[in-house]
Amino acid sequence: MPDGALPVLDVRDLKTVFKTRGGEVHAVNDVSFDLRPGELLGVVGESGSGKSVTMMSLLGLLPSPPADVRGGTVTFDGKDLLQLDPEGLRSVRGGKIGFVFQDPMTSLNPVFTVGMQIAEPLRKHMGLSKAQAAVRAKELLELVGIPDADQRLKDYPHQFSGGMRQRVMIAIALACDPKVLIADEPTTALDVTIQAQILELMKELRDKLGMAVIWITHDLGVIAGIADRVMVMYGGQVVEHAPVRELFGNPGHPYTKALLTTIPKITGAREKRLTIIEGQPPILAGAPKSCPFRDRCNVAFDRCAVENPRRYDVGAGHDVACFHAEGT
Amino acid sequence: MLTYTIRRLLLSIPTLLFIAFVIFMLLELAPGDPMAQMPLTIPPEVKEKMRLALGLGEPWWVRFPLWLKQFFIVEPQYWIDQTFGTNFADGAQRIISFQSRSPVFDTIAERMPQTLWVVGMSYVVGVLIALPIGIISAYRQYSVFDNVGTFVSMIGFSVPPFFSGVVLIVIFSVSLGWLPSIYDTTHQVVDWDTFVFQLRQMIMPVMVLALQTTAQVSRYMRASMLDNLGQDYVRTARAKGMTESVVVMKHVLRNSMIPVITVIALGIPSIFGGAIITEQIFKVNGLGQLLIIALQGSDIPMVMTITFLLAVLIVMMNLIADILYGILDPRIRYD
Repeated sequence: MPDGALPVLDVRDLKTVFKTRGGEVHAVNDVSFDLRPGELLGVVGESGSGKSVTMMSLLGLLPSPPADVRGGTVTFDGKDLLQLDPEGLRSVRGGKIGFVFQDPMTSLNPVFTVGMQIAEPLRKHMGLSKAQAAVRAKELLELVGIPDADQRLKDYPHQFSGGMRQRVMIAIALACDPKVLIADEPTTALDVTIQAQILELMKELRDKLGMAVIWITHDLGVIAGIADRVMVMYGGQVVEHAPVRELFGNPGHPYTKALLTTIPKITGAREKRLTIIEGQPPILAGAPKSCPFRDRCNVAFDRCAVENPRRYDVGAGHDVACFHAEGT
Repeated sequence: MLTYTIRRLLLSIPTLLFIAFVIFMLLELAPGDPMAQMPLTIPPEVKEKMRLALGLGEPWWVRFPLWLKQFFIVEPQYWIDQTFGTNFADGAQRIISFQSRSPVFDTIAERMPQTLWVVGMSYVVGVLIALPIGIISAYRQYSVFDNVGTFVSMIGFSVPPFFSGVVLIVIFSVSLGWLPSIYDTTHQVVDWDTFVFQLRQMIMPVMVLALQTTAQVSRYMRASMLDNLGQDYVRTARAKGMTESVVVMKHVLRNSMIPVITVIALGIPSIFGGAIITEQIFKVNGLGQLLIIALQGSDIPMVMTITFLLAVLIVMMNLIADILYGILDPRIRYD
C-alpha cells in the first residue's frame, strides 16, 4: 500500500460460476482487488464483462442456483464475507456496505412510501424506533438534495422523477453510514444533465462522509472525472488496473488502448466514422485457458492462445494482464 | 375515490337495466309453457284463464316495466315494512312465483342461508388454501411442492364438480360410509354434536367447490409472485439486509396481491354459478337448486329474479375489484 492504509475491502481470487443447461458459465475468474478507506475505485468494462456479478458475489446477492461463488476470499472488517452465515451477511448488507443499482425506475418498491423504504434499513441495522427512523430519513433526503423532505417522505416512488429516485436510492444506501458504497452503473439510466448532478452529489458525499466507493460503469468519461483508481474488466477478468491518470496517460493492455480510441473527440475532423473494437466479447463457457481478448487483439501471438496471462506489475501501482507487459 | 365510486354506482344503473331487459327478452323468446306441468284433465279454456291470471296475456312492454317496478320499488317497500313495521307497500302486488304462488323473495330468503354456508365457506376455504400454496410454489419454483401443486391445480381445473362430487360420494358415503351424501337443510346447530354433524355434511360440497377455487387462485398467486420475485426492488430489499421473510411476505406479497385480489373478487359470482351443479349433486336446497327447478317449470318470475340478482352481484364485484385495486396500488388514482 503506497499510503500505508489498510484496505477496507480486500478481494482475492474471486470465482463465480453460473450453472446453466448448456454447461457452466465462468462469469468471474480469479478477480482480485482492494479498496482503501475514502477511495473511489472505478470498474469499467463492456456488458457481460463480469463487473456487476463480481460486486453482487461479494454480498451473496446472486440467486443460487444458478450462481455459485466457487472460491476466493473477501475480507471486510476482519471477516471473510464468503464464509459468513446468512444472518451475518444480512447485517453487512445495507449496514456497513451500501448498494446503489442501475435502474432507479424499478429498484424501488412501488407500493411502499419512500419514507418507509429508507427507514427499513435504519430500523434493522441501527435499531432505531419508528420516530427516530423518520427523523433520520428526513436528514438523509436533505443530504442527497431532495427539497421539502418532510413531505416527500410520504410520497410513493412513482411521484419522483428518475434523478430524484436515484437520489432516494443513494439515501437508502447511505442510511446506516456504510464504510463502502457499491454503485452499480448508477447513472446509466439517467440523462446527461441528471447524470452530472448525481456525479457531483457522489463526489460531495464521499468527501463529507469519508466512505470508500466502488463505481461500476461502462462510461470512461465518468470514470475520468471521479475515480482515484481504475480497474478494467474483460471476459470476467481484471485485464488492467492503475491510478486514473496513469491509466488514461499510459494504457498497457490492448483492450484498454482500444477502449480509449473509441471515445469520440470533440476536436478534430468530423467526417471520421466512430471507432469500434472489432469482434464479439468471448463466450465464458469453461475455465479460461487462453487470453480472453486474443480474438479481437491486434498484437496477439501464439502464446496468447495457450496460456492466460497473469497480471504483470509495471510499476506506479499499475498492472496489466498481457504478455506484452511482461518484464517491462 | 369517493366521487369515482359514486360515478361508477350511477353508471351501473343503466348497465343493470339493460341486463334486466336482455334477460327478460331471452325468457320471453324462449320456448316453454308455465302450464305445461298442469294435469291434462284441466280443459284448455281453463288453462287459458289461468295463463291470463298469471299476467301472461299482457304484452312484454307492460310486463317488463311491471317487473322493474315490483323489483325496485315494491319489494324494497315490503322489506322495509317487515323490518321497521311500517306500511309503505300498502298491499301492492309482489313478484310471485308461477310454481309456488308465493313471493319470489320469500323463497330466495329461505334458500339463501344454505347456499351462503356451502358456497361462501367453500370460497373462503379455497382462497385460504390457495394463497400459501401459490406463495410457496413461486418461492420454491420447480421444487417437489411446486410440481405437486401444479398437478393438483390441473386436476382442479379440468375435473368438473359434477364428476368430482359423485366420486367423493361414491368413496366417502357409499364405500366408506363416513359422510352423509345428502345435505340436511332442516338441521339446526344447537350444541357441539349438531355442530359436528353440520361440519360432516358440509365437508364434501365445500371440498368440491374449494378444489376449483384453490386451483384457480393458487395459479394466479404463483404467477403473480413469480413476476414480482424477479423485480429489481426485490434485489434492493435484499441489498438492504432484509430477511427473506420480510422480502417475500412484505415486499413481494404486497405487490403480488394486487392482481390476485381482483381475481378473487371477480370469482365470487362465478362460484355461485358453479354451485348450481354442486347443489344438485349433494341435494343442497339452495339457490342453485331453486334456479334449476324454476327453469324446468318455466317459472319466469323466479328465473328472472335469481338471474338478475346474479347480474347485480357480478356488476358490484367488478366495482369492488376496481376500488380494491385503487386502494392497494398507490400508482392508481381514479380521481
